[in-house]
Amino acid sequence: MNEKLKRITHYRLFLPLICLALVLLVNMIKTPTFFHLSIKNGVLYGYTVDVVNRASELVILAVGMTLVVASSAGTDISVGAVMAVAGAVCCYILSGGAVSVNEYHAPWILGLLAALVAGTVCGAWNGFLVSRMKIQPMVATLILFTAGRGIAQLITKGQITYIRVESFKLLGANIPGIPLPTPIFIAIIVVLITSIVLKKTALGLYIEAVGINPTASRNVGIKSKQIIFFTYTFCGLLAGIAGMIATSRIYSADANNIGLNMELDAILAVALGGNSLGGGKFSISGSVIGAYTIQALTTTLYAMGVSADQIPVYKAIVVVIIVTLQSEEFNRYMRKFSARFAARKAEVAK
Amino acid sequence: MKLRREKAFNETTFLLTITITLFFAMYIAGMIVFKNNGFARLQVFLNLFISNASLIVIAAGMTVVMITGGIDISVGSFVAMSCMMLAHMMERSGYGAIHSVLIVLLTGIVFGFVQGYLVSYLKIQPFIVTLAGMFFARGMTAIISQDMISIKNPMFLSWATHKIYLPFGGYTNRKGVLVIPYIYPTVIIALIALVVIWALLRYTKFGRRIYAIGGSETSALLMGLNVRRTRLFAYILDGFLCAIGGILFCLNTCSGFVEQAKGLEMEAIAGAVIGGTLLTGGVGNVFGSLFGVLIKGTIETFITFQGTLSSWWTRITIAALLAFFIILQSLLASSKLKKRR
Amino acid sequence: MEEHQHVVLTMRGICKSFPGVKALQDVDFTLRTGEIHALMGENGAGKSTLIKVLTGVYELDKGEIRLEGIDHPIVNRSPEEAQSKGISTVYQEVNLCPNLSVAENIYIGREPKKFGRIDWKTMNRLGAELLKSLDIDVDVTVPLGHYSIALQQMVAIARAVDMSAKVLILDEPTSSLDELEVEKLFTVMRKLKGQGVGIIFVTHFLEQVYEVCDRITVLRNGQLVGEYPVAQLPRLQLVAKMMGKDFDDLASIKSLRKHTPAEDVVISTERLGHSGTIKPFDLQIQKGQVVGLAGLLGSGRSELARCIYGTDRPDSGKLHVDGREFAASHPIDSMHAGMAYLPEDRKNEGIIADLSVRENIMIALQAKRGVFKLLSRKEQEEFTDKYIDLLQIKTSDRDAPVKSLSGGNQQKVILGRWLLTEPDFFILDEPTRGIDVGTKTEIQKLVLQLADQGTSVMFISSEIDEMLRTCDKMEVLRDGAKVAELDGDRMSQESIMASIAGGER
Repeated sequence: MNEKLKRITHYRLFLPLICLALVLLVNMIKTPTFFHLSIKNGVLYGYTVDVVNRASELVILAVGMTLVVASSAGTDISVGAVMAVAGAVCCYILSGGAVSVNEYHAPWILGLLAALVAGTVCGAWNGFLVSRMKIQPMVATLILFTAGRGIAQLITKGQITYIRVESFKLLGANIPGIPLPTPIFIAIIVVLITSIVLKKTALGLYIEAVGINPTASRNVGIKSKQIIFFTYTFCGLLAGIAGMIATSRIYSADANNIGLNMELDAILAVALGGNSLGGGKFSISGSVIGAYTIQALTTTLYAMGVSADQIPVYKAIVVVIIVTLQSEEFNRYMRKFSARFAARKAEVAK
Repeated sequence: MKLRREKAFNETTFLLTITITLFFAMYIAGMIVFKNNGFARLQVFLNLFISNASLIVIAAGMTVVMITGGIDISVGSFVAMSCMMLAHMMERSGYGAIHSVLIVLLTGIVFGFVQGYLVSYLKIQPFIVTLAGMFFARGMTAIISQDMISIKNPMFLSWATHKIYLPFGGYTNRKGVLVIPYIYPTVIIALIALVVIWALLRYTKFGRRIYAIGGSETSALLMGLNVRRTRLFAYILDGFLCAIGGILFCLNTCSGFVEQAKGLEMEAIAGAVIGGTLLTGGVGNVFGSLFGVLIKGTIETFITFQGTLSSWWTRITIAALLAFFIILQSLLASSKLKKRR
Repeated sequence: MEEHQHVVLTMRGICKSFPGVKALQDVDFTLRTGEIHALMGENGAGKSTLIKVLTGVYELDKGEIRLEGIDHPIVNRSPEEAQSKGISTVYQEVNLCPNLSVAENIYIGREPKKFGRIDWKTMNRLGAELLKSLDIDVDVTVPLGHYSIALQQMVAIARAVDMSAKVLILDEPTSSLDELEVEKLFTVMRKLKGQGVGIIFVTHFLEQVYEVCDRITVLRNGQLVGEYPVAQLPRLQLVAKMMGKDFDDLASIKSLRKHTPAEDVVISTERLGHSGTIKPFDLQIQKGQVVGLAGLLGSGRSELARCIYGTDRPDSGKLHVDGREFAASHPIDSMHAGMAYLPEDRKNEGIIADLSVRENIMIALQAKRGVFKLLSRKEQEEFTDKYIDLLQIKTSDRDAPVKSLSGGNQQKVILGRWLLTEPDFFILDEPTRGIDVGTKTEIQKLVLQLADQGTSVMFISSEIDEMLRTCDKMEVLRDGAKVAELDGDRMSQESIMASIAGGER
């Protein structure tokens, strides 16, 4: 019995699944109709659909953040700002510089590409600072965190740029005829493609190796700098995709609010997913579960009357708990404590 | 045996020189470009201190923490929380002004203690701890009150509006009115705090230990210094200074609302880094940070005088300067390493 | 001079064990005032453990330490406590703060004060005076990091001596110094000796021991070999004692090589060197040849290997592979040129701890194939099983994390990793360290097999026997430079040790 229990608790995805289950349970209690689904005009509605839909950007960011953490033990806090930049670039291209348009000034695909390129360039900048200039990841990404939204504001000339074209909203809403909103599919596609590439090539292995032991990795022929550079650039690209989705939802580029506070959510998702913030082995599925858990948690908090501004308090507490549990010092203290406890028990038993 | 005194390339002095030169260059440029708009007036210079009094104190606290090799990105949110606390206590709970101020100072100490403990004793990365702190404080601000609260407490307002006129610099303007330059008590408090922290860092054992653990933690341990305790106290001091900064900020705005002081932490970090504080720790000077803050203030003033540029340009320029100094520090570090080999 | 010396420190019957290993067994050590006493021993001899027990980093299991002036045996529970009793250590990696000034580094923790605040003027004056007493004249207000390592070390020594003047331990102080700086250090040491300080000089540099020391204590495998006055111990005997050879018992060990190597030169170096670690050397390795690197710990063997493989970028000379000039900008280049490298530091440079046995084995081959051509799961499993079998790797299953294996088995995993890449030139740095006797023999057999198949091997080991049985020729290193090359009849235990020992005596 003990062996089986041990095996279950040591299963990689144990922590994230338990957390998700807990949050869903609370949701169910608070909102009896939580799992209720209904179809209207060929579109699926329900709380669960909402959660999965709204979590899409976070899922995408979490994938990128997982790789950044795994390869460099660092975090990219610029992802929210990069989302804003990507959105701004896209809307600028599509509006031709105007504040509000009713038709595309340029082909939509160009706007999309511009957003992705913008995200990738931001990621590459971060990657350059971390891998070549050897600057601490937090500090390196601090620059875009500070300047990103400013740059986005400049691009949109300080105004919120609106793209009032029906087809633009498709990326953020339902494509006619499809019961689920598009962001859900984009998130799934991103996760699938990333997982396939990581598993089918040696990339996943390299990222883990570099995160665990960069020196040994170098000795066996892995180019650590390139790997780290890649993870940050990829993270930027994904932030660009997330930015596109967020922009499409509100069919505008709101440089101040797009991706706001999503950095902590992404880091939290990675930690909740059972990934060590110290780098090394990682699990994309863990982070994905973590992302959906956070979204479900947010929904719970809303249901309990907590406003959007107040939610960060609870997230902060959860982060501190998880990181404490992961910390070496804490584990060492626990081991000493349980050893002393066992010794005390043995003495009493005598 | 005389050992040839190596031509000591002192990076601290080098970086500090660049900062001070940059400040004066910018300010003089401003005086030239806007000479007809009154940039050269003494009051404009004094306004730098008035608008940034709280930032000066916060940057000093940030400097202390950065010297130990850490960082604190919760300061902006903490300031917002302090303001909201002050506003709420004075307007909704009926506390007196002095009472409220003392409670905020105490909160700063506790906040600093919690963050310091997590960093120092549980060895969690300072960035993660203070990121959580940032979200905690910001959320708390909203929990205290979602709406803006204006402070009407007469004692508090009297502190906020009390002008201290300088005994010199007065002149009669075009309209025939006597204009005398002035500052607020907040400026005095900020400057006193600055001098106290400077003295602490330079003349007390605690201050020197802060530099030691930033320079090399392992060496400090081997030399018998209590690294954990020193680091904890550095964060407590930082928390206390943030509380002071929050109070000064509140004296400026006389209100509490959720979105306040957004981005203040970046300005503090930029001020410290531009002022010559090394991100890797061990090197830093609160007077350098003062100049870093003044540079930011000058840029802002520039943009205000210019009139047409969006205020976002301040953010971007600061970020660009920050990037420049970060890369400069990194290059200096790697060139020193190459020399050693 | 001998009559004025009296004993300042005695350590008797010191025992210290760690789980699975007896680090010190019944070791004695005696230090006199005004004496420079060398503490020597090869890897695992117990030098650093003895020092750590003395200075309070470790707690001793058995034995006693006595210090002059204290009636009862002393126990040090921390370096600070040891320091308060008069025992200070200066480590190889100068443990001072580079950002603080010289004076401050000397006085931190006990700064002179005036009216409650630190008195900088007095501190600077005292610091300058202290250094002057050691014949060092520098600006003490400058940050320590601006000065060379040599000077930093002397500041560390000044601090140690100022805080406690009885016993000064210098732990490998000369490893990062050039010849001039070593001379300056010796001048300071002689000065301190004249002041009555007892100095324990932990080092592996033979020449330096004979230049500045009065006595030598040799440890081997955790046990005391003996304590000797320097004047009465010829170099060759010292080397013999360190390597555990009884000078009279040097039976000849025959090489087991059956085939002679081919004529073609696979690797050749021309004044290849890396400043600070290995002086420029010339070396030729033929196809199918096994070349041994002999020398004491710290003589530069690993550094030579790293220079050829490219882990350390050489800054002088040339390297030729298969006749063509070759320079690696990254180990992958060397791998593509057919090289393989089993590092000495298995833990930090070899295993990738959290990855599985399977992943650790296939990773080098994978890196050679490139990121896109992932080895199929089936292939990975086949390879893993093959080497688990061949090398007798004890593991619960091939997907167990490699950190759960014992040290010896981890070594086998890394061996398997490189064998899988089918190299033309295989560098083995201490491949049998921490491995059971049975497997040691297997590995030697493996080396011979590889050579017969045409793979060239560079074999570095602290056990001369192993190398003699497998190698075609021996390169001898001493104090960071290649000093001799021996082959054929000239290759014998005696001649190798004589080359290592060098010198006139």
